[in-house]
Amino acid sequence: MNFEEHTAKSLILGPAGIPVPRGALVATATDAKNAATDIGPCVVKAQVPTGKRGKAGGIRKADTAADAEIVAQAILGMSIDGFVVEKVLIEERADIAREFYAAVLTDFVAGRPLVLFSTEGGMDIEEVAARRPDAVRRRRVEIDEGFGDSEARAMLAGLDLGDVEKAIAAVLRSLYTIYRERDAELIEINPLALLGDGRIVALDCKFTLDDSAVFRQTDLAGAGAREKLTALERRGAENGLKFIELDGNVGVLANGAGLTMTTMDVISHFGGRPANFLEIGGEAYTKAEIALGLVLSGARVKSLVINFCGAFARTDVMAEGVVKAWEKLKPQVPVFFSIHGTGEDAAVKLVRERLGIEPFDFMEDAVKAAVEAAR
Amino acid sequence: MIIFRKQHRVLVQGITGKQGTFWTEKMIDCGTNVVAGVNPKRAGDLHVGVPVFASAGQAMANVPCDVAVMFIPPSMAKDAAIDAIEAGVKVLVCLTEHIPAQDVMAMHLAARRKGARIIGPNTAGLVTPGEGFVGIMPGHNPNVFRPGSIGVISRSGSLGTLVALNLTRAGIGQSAFIGIGGDPMIGTTTRDALQALDEDERTSAVVVGGEIGGAMEEQAAEYAAGMRKPVIAFIAGRASPPGKKMGHAGAIVTDNAGSYTSKRTALEEAGVIVVETPCEIPDAVSDRLIDLAETHGPVGDAARAHG
Repeated sequence: MNFEEHTAKSLILGPAGIPVPRGALVATATDAKNAATDIGPCVVKAQVPTGKRGKAGGIRKADTAADAEIVAQAILGMSIDGFVVEKVLIEERADIAREFYAAVLTDFVAGRPLVLFSTEGGMDIEEVAARRPDAVRRRRVEIDEGFGDSEARAMLAGLDLGDVEKAIAAVLRSLYTIYRERDAELIEINPLALLGDGRIVALDCKFTLDDSAVFRQTDLAGAGAREKLTALERRGAENGLKFIELDGNVGVLANGAGLTMTTMDVISHFGGRPANFLEIGGEAYTKAEIALGLVLSGARVKSLVINFCGAFARTDVMAEGVVKAWEKLKPQVPVFFSIHGTGEDAAVKLVRERLGIEPFDFMEDAVKAAVEAAR
Repeated sequence: MIIFRKQHRVLVQGITGKQGTFWTEKMIDCGTNVVAGVNPKRAGDLHVGVPVFASAGQAMANVPCDVAVMFIPPSMAKDAAIDAIEAGVKVLVCLTEHIPAQDVMAMHLAARRKGARIIGPNTAGLVTPGEGFVGIMPGHNPNVFRPGSIGVISRSGSLGTLVALNLTRAGIGQSAFIGIGGDPMIGTTTRDALQALDEDERTSAVVVGGEIGGAMEEQAAEYAAGMRKPVIAFIAGRASPPGKKMGHAGAIVTDNAGSYTSKRTALEEAGVIVVETPCEIPDAVSDRLIDLAETHGPVGDAARAHG
């Protein structure tokens, strides 16, 4: 779950004692003007959960309140990377002397938290790492050992940070504490600025919460950014189903991510195009009824493959959900089944008796028939 | 140990829950030696004929176990795993999906320190046809699994089931199924499983059910390059749009790393046969075994079944 800049600053950095510029979140140009009257020379920043704001013109300076109003007017309503800007952050202009980069994230390959620091802040860190690998300091941490002052100082050694090293070390330690206490997948400050008056301030912040840890970060659960979902995908998410709309016309309902991707591959192999990704594996296997409703709501769906290969997911329970949904929705699209694995005898019997449909023995044959029917 | 054997004594954590009960009965029916279960509130009970203890530590003090299998919700998975690891269980089959990443890191660290192996998280388990199974696979279903000489590795339980089913329908049995799990941080990789099957004398060839995302198939290819046993692979996700997370946390493609093309190229360069659809797997397996038999003499029943 991603968080917008203003939420990350107010809910995550603020409480951890990491300084951020004075700012106000507004939704109209008039409010932007009023905020800028109070704040003075400022930066108007689009609040959308994507890293492409600057290049898209979503972050602009304003010298006066009147400027802020004009700039906010231009930014509000913009579409950046598929997100429409509904709010802007009016933030006091910082007198920047130097820009750094600091982050803590999960290194999935090493299976450890990774602390990153660079003296080349304000740029895309991947570009910096590619261009000047020595400019990025990395330190992997054992999850039970922690990251204290000596570890932070060791990371910064030789970077010639002078008086500001102590403050930066403190920020790194705070970031690690945030990472651990808030179940971050990523907490990133870019740039971390040294101001003309010697203060260290976080000018931007990116926070990604581990989706699997939302249950124990309940105060953050409702504060996450909007996701780029279609109306149907949102309905799926609200029902705990991973549903992705695609541009094809053969609907797919399968259990398990591996089998669902395989079904899509086989559709494509036989010259068809999948209309969606939707898997009801794991605990979701009981949600076949809702799932089928979602697949059939796609306007382009011309035929449907239902491919069950039950391991944990019981095919009898899934088939019952499908049959119920089918009897309720009475769809006109042709459907082709392949059912194997846990509970298959009862599942096949159900489909045969209640829908009068004979499942195919091989999924490839079910897919071929569905691709043919969609033409 | 990566291949399950009938002499392995199994501890079931969360044995009294709905899924724990259902699958423990299936495992026992299949010949699995389930010797103990855990539920802190039901210690002293006998559940589906299995003695229940308050913790893995308590269980191990009374009944030694070789393998623990976890039917435990995500919020409690870390504590259960560490309980089993600290108690001295050497192989932990972690079925749980959606465990917080930092808990998974703590589990792997505990396992590393105690010399234990974690299979998963988010694995469907291990099956050895004719011997037994641990996990949530239809190991008890003779239409899906039958004894033979083909090793099967899969991240996904559903795709693994399909692979075994296709082999069985073609008259080709399996020496072992190894579900490695769909999570991004897993304790046993495709390469580890491939090595175990390469070293297993009952295995004549290996089928890998891979998925886009991560670098596991590429790493396995490095090992496969030095193998004499044939390796056949199917990689799921060719038709998945880039940049979207397809259910398994592991299955996300960013740029070229972990893409279908990258995996297929690495595997083919290592001499692995990559098939287009799962129904092509049985023929690919028997063709390769026949080729090998012609060069080196007979190996296993798959060649005979199709030879």
